[in-house]
Amino acid sequence: MLLLTCPNCGNRNVSEFRFGGELSSRPKDPSALSSTEWANYLYMRNNVMDAQTEWWHHNAGCGLWFLAERHTRTNEVIKTYPYAKRNA
Amino acid sequence: MWRSHELKKRYDVVIIGGGAHGLACAYYLAEEHGITDVAILEKSYIGAGGSGRNTAIVRSNYLTPEGVRFYDESVKLYEQLSDDLNFNVMFSQRGHLTLAHTDGGVNTMRRRAEVNQIEGVDSRLIWPDEIKRLCPYLDVSDHPRYPILAALYHPPGGIIRHDAVVWGYAHQADVRGAHIHQNTEVTGIKVKKGKVTGVETTRGRIKTGTVLNATAGWASTITTMVDIKLPLTTIPLQACVTEPLKPFLDVVVVSGSLHVYISQTDRGELVMGASVDPFSSYSMAGSLTFLEGIAGHVLELFPALSNVRILRQWAGICEMPPDYSPIMGFTPVNGFLIDVGWGTYGFKASPIAGKTLAELIATDKTPDLIAPFRLSRFEENDLVGEKGAASVGH
Repeated sequence: MLLLTCPNCGNRNVSEFRFGGELSSRPKDPSALSSTEWANYLYMRNNVMDAQTEWWHHNAGCGLWFLAERHTRTNEVIKTYPYAKRNA
Repeated sequence: MWRSHELKKRYDVVIIGGGAHGLACAYYLAEEHGITDVAILEKSYIGAGGSGRNTAIVRSNYLTPEGVRFYDESVKLYEQLSDDLNFNVMFSQRGHLTLAHTDGGVNTMRRRAEVNQIEGVDSRLIWPDEIKRLCPYLDVSDHPRYPILAALYHPPGGIIRHDAVVWGYAHQADVRGAHIHQNTEVTGIKVKKGKVTGVETTRGRIKTGTVLNATAGWASTITTMVDIKLPLTTIPLQACVTEPLKPFLDVVVVSGSLHVYISQTDRGELVMGASVDPFSSYSMAGSLTFLEGIAGHVLELFPALSNVRILRQWAGICEMPPDYSPIMGFTPVNGFLIDVGWGTYGFKASPIAGKTLAELIATDKTPDLIAPFRLSRFEENDLVGEKGAASVGH
């Protein structure tokens, strides 16, 4: 994977971006969580060898945090889109 | 060296992953506990993963007391491994230098030296004059962008022939009755009422009550079969080797700030490794970005190498836990054990990981040496922070 498509800037070299890890859902009420649930949120990852929805940050460009769907075995990028359009 | 077998319908113990860890565990199960009805299931050939892709460095100068004790037992086992396995693993304890280029780096090295010495490990801080004596071609002047201020010197550290470690353990496990099944991929794990009852593979089903997941790099893909999540992210790490040169470098040189480690093999090639890639992946493709980066950093340390050519490069995959310490032992599923989270430091732990997990399987009790590395440490908020010594590039 040499190019990544920033939703604002288009195709850019991957070295302009910072990887932000797989997408996870934030607990609605952190103070209500047990230690196990909190550890699950903080540390546990799916780490799939498959298509993965993940965060990227265009840190040497427009500064946008956005989502990408990428296959983690082949590095093929299926699509990239802003977080706000994640359910579109 | 080792035989092929038909897959039996039942084994006492099934080890998933035919790397140095899994094979060592099979060897110690037989040698120390008389458990020989063991299958090692390897989806490719033995040693195809991290065991054959690491840069073969062995050391014990870690940062936490738990880490130092654990890895030092591994160094001791490596010291006698050629005799134990009746196979030359070519362990060369040539000394290991971790360079510090900043005040913060010097402080970390000083702290590591103190912890190491308290734990009885030969390790001390040295300054540029002694570094120059040990490694004359290293640029210790104040000219580089990141001048070398000091180094952590660890005389027992060194390099080893990693394939020989895999083959030696495989041979001796085979001689003692373990079945090594190559090209046998695990496709499912049967669990009944919270207990492991069997394993499904591309060559058929096996009944067993004990499964060890020793597939570091791919561990999440196995553990997900029993609905357990691990705190791991799999990231490639790249390494390369140069054309052979006359012997000039007889220590291992590591620089955390420059993201590089370098040693010269018995064949004269320079083996160089970097930090992990910038994003997670199970791909083992190499990149030009890596080569450009490592070449620049190596030339900062050894300017004389500017005309040396790279012969080949490769990648291995590393599953990184949040605290840079492994995860070993029991899981919520009865009979399903893990030996995972081996990040960038798994190969050097192969003997002691195999030995302690064999003891755990035989006695059903966690040996003290690996108790700090239990999976439950994450919900108990009892992490073993090894980042300052387990990796380069932080």
